[in-house]
Amino acid sequence: MPLSGAEIIIKSLQEEGVEAIFGYPGGQILPFYDALYSSSLKHYLVRHEQGAAHAADGYARATGKPGVCVATSGPGATNLVTGIATAYMDSIPIIALTGQVPCELLGKDSFQEADITGITLPITKHNFLVNDVKDLARMIKEAFHIATTGRPGPVLIDIPKDVQVNKTKFRYPENVSLKGYKPTFEGNKGQISLAAKMIGQAKKPVIYAGGGVISSGASKELFRLAELTLSPVTTTLMGIGAFPETHPLSLGMLGMHGTRAANYAVSQSDLLIAVGARFDDRVTGKIAEFASHAKIIHIDIDPAEIGKNVRIDIPIVGDIKKVLAILNSKMEQHLAGDWQHKIAEWKEKHPLFYESNGSLKPQFIVEQIHDITKGKAIIVTEVGQNQMWAAQYYKYTKPRTFLSSGGLGTMGYGLPAAIGAKVGCPDSVVIDIAGDGSIQMNIQELATAVHYNIPVIVAILNNNFLGMVRQWQELFFDRRYSHTEITGPDFVKLAEAYGAVGMRVEKAKDVKPALKKAIEAKRPVLIDFTVEREENVFPMVPPGGAIHKMLGG
Amino acid sequence: MRHILAVLVENNPGVLTRVAGLFSRRGYNIDSLTVGRTESLNISRMTIVVEGDDLVLEQVTKQLHKLIDVIKINDITSEQYVDRELVLIKVGADPVVRGEILQIVDIFRARIVDIGRRTLIIECTGDEGKINAVIESLKPFGIKELVRTGKVAMLRGQKFTSISETKEDE
Repeated sequence: MPLSGAEIIIKSLQEEGVEAIFGYPGGQILPFYDALYSSSLKHYLVRHEQGAAHAADGYARATGKPGVCVATSGPGATNLVTGIATAYMDSIPIIALTGQVPCELLGKDSFQEADITGITLPITKHNFLVNDVKDLARMIKEAFHIATTGRPGPVLIDIPKDVQVNKTKFRYPENVSLKGYKPTFEGNKGQISLAAKMIGQAKKPVIYAGGGVISSGASKELFRLAELTLSPVTTTLMGIGAFPETHPLSLGMLGMHGTRAANYAVSQSDLLIAVGARFDDRVTGKIAEFASHAKIIHIDIDPAEIGKNVRIDIPIVGDIKKVLAILNSKMEQHLAGDWQHKIAEWKEKHPLFYESNGSLKPQFIVEQIHDITKGKAIIVTEVGQNQMWAAQYYKYTKPRTFLSSGGLGTMGYGLPAAIGAKVGCPDSVVIDIAGDGSIQMNIQELATAVHYNIPVIVAILNNNFLGMVRQWQELFFDRRYSHTEITGPDFVKLAEAYGAVGMRVEKAKDVKPALKKAIEAKRPVLIDFTVEREENVFPMVPPGGAIHKMLGG
Repeated sequence: MRHILAVLVENNPGVLTRVAGLFSRRGYNIDSLTVGRTESLNISRMTIVVEGDDLVLEQVTKQLHKLIDVIKINDITSEQYVDRELVLIKVGADPVVRGEILQIVDIFRARIVDIGRRTLIIECTGDEGKINAVIESLKPFGIKELVRTGKVAMLRGQKFTSISETKEDE
């Protein structure tokens, strides 16, 4: 029996094992929503399409499965754009389905028409405009394949209304055949042997691990490599959770707001083992002085990342899990020496710290969140100071427990991503560590959380400033606080108006009881923490500086 | 240094935009780009002339490879190859100078493809140097209009840029 395009989309999503989708209906996606009405797919109605894209992203980061979001044509589709770009920069597999005007109206500036495949060209791994219902199932299959294999990324499928209505026989393809898409999974054996030899000879090795370790599911292999070679491990923001931060070999995060131990270790190392990381400018600082005494081994699934920003001595293209497994098999147990002592000394001498002066400190709140959740929660962040404190003061031990917009730095990411994460991992405590600026960018998603009773906790570190920008103004613009003082609504009343639980905390002693109450509430909760207004994130590498020359901390 | 890339792509709508967009947003300079069908129905071939050092070329090639529609890329710059451009030139040609123009056309083994009352259209194919030379030679007569393709190029002998493995049995 022939099926309509809309039914084919539903069937195809089910074939891919999709259980939850996030979306918002509209004119040109109506046939799909009609088919959805009588299907078993769980759909979450967001309050803004950007929320749908971030929720799909949060779902993907937390579960490792692709996230799916849906929007109508024109404004619905363009509202997805920031969320798609966020996923693209962080290599997150999401599938965006958009309605489009019927084929015969394409290119005529029709009502709610936008060239979304054109718009998303530079921010998707690939995209499709489906012209014929006969191509639909194949394209959906290809989209999932492309999004989830190799270096993951978002894929958009634009589906004109008539394609959703037209009927054809449904057969979901079993295999994908794309002439121009064949990722390299197996690392070159010779290169891996060379790397093993180089690691064996290194006196001061450092492992620099990025988000690729998490997307490859290679934490165990990374752990083994570190313990075999006694190499200290620093992670990027995206790599947080890839290596337990409670381990003696953990250096914490490196880069602009990294620990002194991490930045010193990288700067003095004689061998940098880069694993699934891309030498971003926030990590390297002044590139000429980055790891300038080190030879560099770079393991990544994307050949284009190798040699993009720094020269590489041994490149290995392949799936990190596979490459590390072979590399480990060639390694012998190293013994601790001067380097490991030096690392321990740096860690001892330069821990992250903040001054306790009686006022409520944002870092203290993050520490309390860690304590009360025993380090087992999924922490989602917004962008800015809240993000950096969440990265610094919570000790992560497992992959997929720190979700943050790293590459694009999208304010407003946290709340919808937290909703997506909670849908994917209902048994985990999910906390969005937010700023009072960022939270206002997608605050409407509180309604989504309440509507479906998705018990996420929003912890606002409220300083009535756009804190990170204010910090830069303080340090580099002579304290001229141009347009960074920001007022918010009464967040407690706002939460209550949405039907969530609202709390305000002004004193250190009330932090833990409030968090406890929030976790026990089993409802969406917003806690407005009134924190020290002009607290700074330290240590800090001034923009363009060498990473071993840090301010503060 | 200028490099010549022979690129096989899926003949999908938007593939030219994908390639051109990649070049512009990553700041690579295209000298010329030609595209057309090949011996296979679903595959088009682009010849891209791009300016840059080895590092830039490595990035260009790797980034091109990431496009799903790009099947194969050959940098043929350092190989033995044949390359051709085509130019059409409408040149002022009063009866008194026609003889002289005909001589030039003859020397360059070009062809006259249209005769008007006061103009001729000349067609010429050749490598870039020859095309430049024929244009220079015709300038004194007054070039009214000129259109020129980019470069197309092909490896000599038994080497191929085609969908099957590049054979090197020479």
